[in-house]
Amino acid sequence: MKKQIQSKGHALFIRGVKRKKILIWSVRLGLLAALLGLWELCAATELIDPFITSSPSRVAATAAELYRGGNLFYHIGITLMETITGFFAAVVCGYAIAVALWLSDGARKIFEPYIVVLNALPKIALGPLIIIWMGTGYTAIIFMTVIVSIIVCIMNTLTGFLQVDATMLTLMRALGASKRQTLTKLVIPASLPQLMNTLKVAVGLAWIGSIMGEYIVSRAGLGYLIVYGGQVFRLDLVMTATIILCALAGAMYAAVALVERAVVK
Amino acid sequence: MLQFKDVDYTYYTLDGETAALKGLNMSVERGQFVSVIGPSGCGKTTILSLAAGLLQPTGGEIVRAGDGTGYMLQRDALFPWRTVEENIFLPLEINGRKSAQSRQRAIALAEKYGLGNFLKKKPPELSGGMRQRVALIRTLAAGAELLLLDEPFSALDYQTRLEVCDDVQAIIKSEKKTALLVTHDISEAIALSDRVTVLSARPARVVAEHCITFGDGTPKSRRNSGEFAAMFEKLRGELGI
Repeated sequence: MKKQIQSKGHALFIRGVKRKKILIWSVRLGLLAALLGLWELCAATELIDPFITSSPSRVAATAAELYRGGNLFYHIGITLMETITGFFAAVVCGYAIAVALWLSDGARKIFEPYIVVLNALPKIALGPLIIIWMGTGYTAIIFMTVIVSIIVCIMNTLTGFLQVDATMLTLMRALGASKRQTLTKLVIPASLPQLMNTLKVAVGLAWIGSIMGEYIVSRAGLGYLIVYGGQVFRLDLVMTATIILCALAGAMYAAVALVERAVVK
Repeated sequence: MLQFKDVDYTYYTLDGETAALKGLNMSVERGQFVSVIGPSGCGKTTILSLAAGLLQPTGGEIVRAGDGTGYMLQRDALFPWRTVEENIFLPLEINGRKSAQSRQRAIALAEKYGLGNFLKKKPPELSGGMRQRVALIRTLAAGAELLLLDEPFSALDYQTRLEVCDDVQAIIKSEKKTALLVTHDISEAIALSDRVTVLSARPARVVAEHCITFGDGTPKSRRNSGEFAAMFEKLRGELGI
């Protein structure tokens, strides 16, 4: 939509809206800067013990040190690969399973209790089994990522399918549409906004899955750095990895939000 | 064109069964506009579902002359992610008849009834009345001879409703289609139809049938006619309200 200035009043209105936006962004960034500043100050004046709490400057130094050792992007890369692979596998498989369950009422009813139980089960309980079954490599971590996120993918997608407008479904029936036509021409396009919501939820879950997987079994990755740092009491390392994780998770969510904006107009 | 012979229809649920229709006899002749009125919940929509073949009668027989039937629903059910044109093509896609020729015919129909400038627009950009017109063209483009109308005006505000009501009737008449309308709106039935069938409460059977001949055939002339009020009262009496 092109913004065209219609009148003096309109110009004023647009300026007001822009001003408010700028204000909100400045306060947001200001808040972040203030928190970091306060953290640094408290650590520098030994109000808090920087050995326990680390500090922004120590985090920056740790990141630089990791970078010089050639390890920073290695760990980031491993975790990103696990998370993204797991995310796509969960979304694609979850969608396919939801389609199958939508196609068959019988299958849906049969599998419903299983899905409910799997959803309620804390997936970390499967940790030891996964290590024994899949070894200690990143396959195990990707598998953990998938099982953490896939159930929600299935349930959310299926809910989207089942919420399709009843009048539209009657129309398709009256037109003599096959189940497959109803799926491709009505159900899939109609549930697109729900799919985008599912992607957003799945991003968060995929990160939980991959980091949890790295806690249980790993030799590299951000989750590994956090666990390792905790064990050897290098809290600078723990903080550094955590902050990188925040940035990556935020970026991935933003990427999904961009896709949503492009797809759902 | 369409004939119901002693048709029964019973819904079954775990709690029991509900007879919606019992021994229903009625017919619609080619080119006629027939309305069915009855108290709410008397099984009007069931009649249309049976006529469309979405339901099978539990007793009796329904005779349909070979031609296609088109169903117009209470809401327009246009797909918001498709343009007007793509919505009109939907039945063609489903029946696998999306040839250049059939598409052209559909577009010609849309242009004839004033949708030419809206073909590339999405339904949310259109007014409620315009959307219902698109829904009608979608039904006609599918090549339906018998139109089944399930209170297609009930979701519109009063002013639009009068407009669309006239609009739809004029299009159906000029395309020489047959129509079966179910409604609970007495004045709508009188204004639109050649014949009005009055149903009883559940299980529905025919209470009375009236041929409506006054006026010049347009809904407007019917509403302005002196006989309108008398017919209204008569139908009201038969419905028992």
